[in-house]
Amino acid sequence: MTARRTFATARRILAQLRHDPRSIGLIMVLPCVLMGLVAWMFEDQPQVIDQFGPMLLVVFPVFVMFLVTSVTTLRERTSGTLERLMTTPIGKGDFLIGYALSFALLAALQAVVLTAWAHWVCGLDIAGSWVGLAGVAVLDAVLGSSLGLASSSVARTEFQAVQMMPVVIVPQLLICGLMMPRSAMPRVLELLSDAAPLTYALEAANDIAAGGSWAEAWPDLALTAGFTVAVLIAGVLTLRRRTA
Amino acid sequence: MADLAGTTPGAADVVVGIGHLKVVRGKRVVLPDFSLTLPRGQVVGLLGPSGSGKTTLMRAVVGVQTVAGGTVEVLGRPAGSPELRSRVGYMTQAVSVYSDLTVSENLTYFAALLGLGRPEVAQTIDRVELADHAGDLVGRLSGGERSRVSLAVALLGSPELLVLDEPTVGLDPVLRQSLWDLFRSLATGGTTLLVSSHVMDEATRCDRLVLLRQGRLLADTTPAGLLSQTGARNADQAFLVLERQAGGDT
Ligand SMILES: Nc1ncnc2c1ncn2[C@@H]1O[C@H](COP(=O)(O)OP(=O)(O)OP(=O)(O)O)[C@@H](O)[C@H]1O
Ligand SMILES: [Mg+2]
Repeated sequence: MTARRTFATARRILAQLRHDPRSIGLIMVLPCVLMGLVAWMFEDQPQVIDQFGPMLLVVFPVFVMFLVTSVTTLRERTSGTLERLMTTPIGKGDFLIGYALSFALLAALQAVVLTAWAHWVCGLDIAGSWVGLAGVAVLDAVLGSSLGLASSSVARTEFQAVQMMPVVIVPQLLICGLMMPRSAMPRVLELLSDAAPLTYALEAANDIAAGGSWAEAWPDLALTAGFTVAVLIAGVLTLRRRTA
Repeated sequence: MADLAGTTPGAADVVVGIGHLKVVRGKRVVLPDFSLTLPRGQVVGLLGPSGSGKTTLMRAVVGVQTVAGGTVEVLGRPAGSPELRSRVGYMTQAVSVYSDLTVSENLTYFAALLGLGRPEVAQTIDRVELADHAGDLVGRLSGGERSRVSLAVALLGSPELLVLDEPTVGLDPVLRQSLWDLFRSLATGGTTLLVSSHVMDEATRCDRLVLLRQGRLLADTTPAGLLSQTGARNADQAFLVLERQAGGDT
């Protein structure tokens, strides 16, 4: 792995995105539309958006970045460019970190746009720091990207890659504490949710939105970041130069 | 089986050495027991019917094919070794470049991976006669132009071994001629080329022909040898003769 090859890869992926402004538009606008929809639904009960807003701020980027990343990397597999890359001096780490870096940049942009939208347009009120919340949203979007990278190495077709969404993301959404407090769930599910990265992403967002101190939020932030790195390493380990 | 055409090369001149290679893909034994030696500076044509294992053999040589047995050595090292990755150029059968990037963006990326700069990129684009299209998105090029972009990526950095899977498919006769001239000049400069093809008249431009049939070596000969052994007038016919003989054997 070298910085030159990693950055060349990240730059190449950003160039591909630049040639596809429509997708960038969708990535930026879609979460805002969804957030706007929720705000509109609960127009008469602003306390609902205040309660769920911070969580949605976390969940939408994870969703969108997961999909975008898994489909893009799978395209690299099916088009044969990955096979060709594997015959060049690129390292497996260069490839995955290159993807993670470029999508992190995109994710950061998306998280900032969505946070601003939630604040100024949807009227989301939080007790804590907006900068902190936007930071968590960025971290979680990167988590979504790395989950997408890892699961696309399991998928063989683009259709399967899209199907990874209900397999990897939806169960986490159900048990991560968004639907009901984790302590109210059956014991087995609570233990399962301990192993789901989204759980910590959500808790970090809630802590910060509620005005909790950094001391309170940092274990959750560290766990979210830890999961992100672990998933990326798993992606590097499962990437194969030789295939059948 | 036809006799070996190339003179037996000294170990230092062996660019590719394949011994008892066995490849299984899915449930199919694609290459049961394949051996071949390629010396430096030859243009070797790899011919054979669809599904005979040409692509599989090339994948084994560049080190992206899982193998079930035997050895593949390239430039004295096991195929796919890290040190080989800048010394071997591979053009896949499907066009494997980024269709949502321009020609020069594609080459710039692969050049960066090899540690090459702008001059090499421009030079390589010239070599495949795409200078007029350097700024065009690959997805908007014609099929033949696209495959030349893919070829250009393989040419980057002047690798010692070029493995080209059907590089001239879909090209007009003029362009085919100029590419074969390019291959010839590369070989004269010491590059070894392994080129697969379906077009038999291209066979006559090779120094050596390796004919595959169902993953087995059907013949290893020269264009002239192929004609004299079979008594055929052209390569197409010669192949049919060999094919019929082999069919009779089994
Ligand atoms: N990914 C794969 N999984 C399983 N079997 C495969 C795979 N790819 C190819 N095969 C099988 O391996 C055999 C040889 O395929 P290969 O692509 O090497 O043939 P080829 O000589 O290159 O053919 P063509 O001239 O059509 O390109 C074929 O019978 C094919 O069905
Ligand atoms: Mg083939």
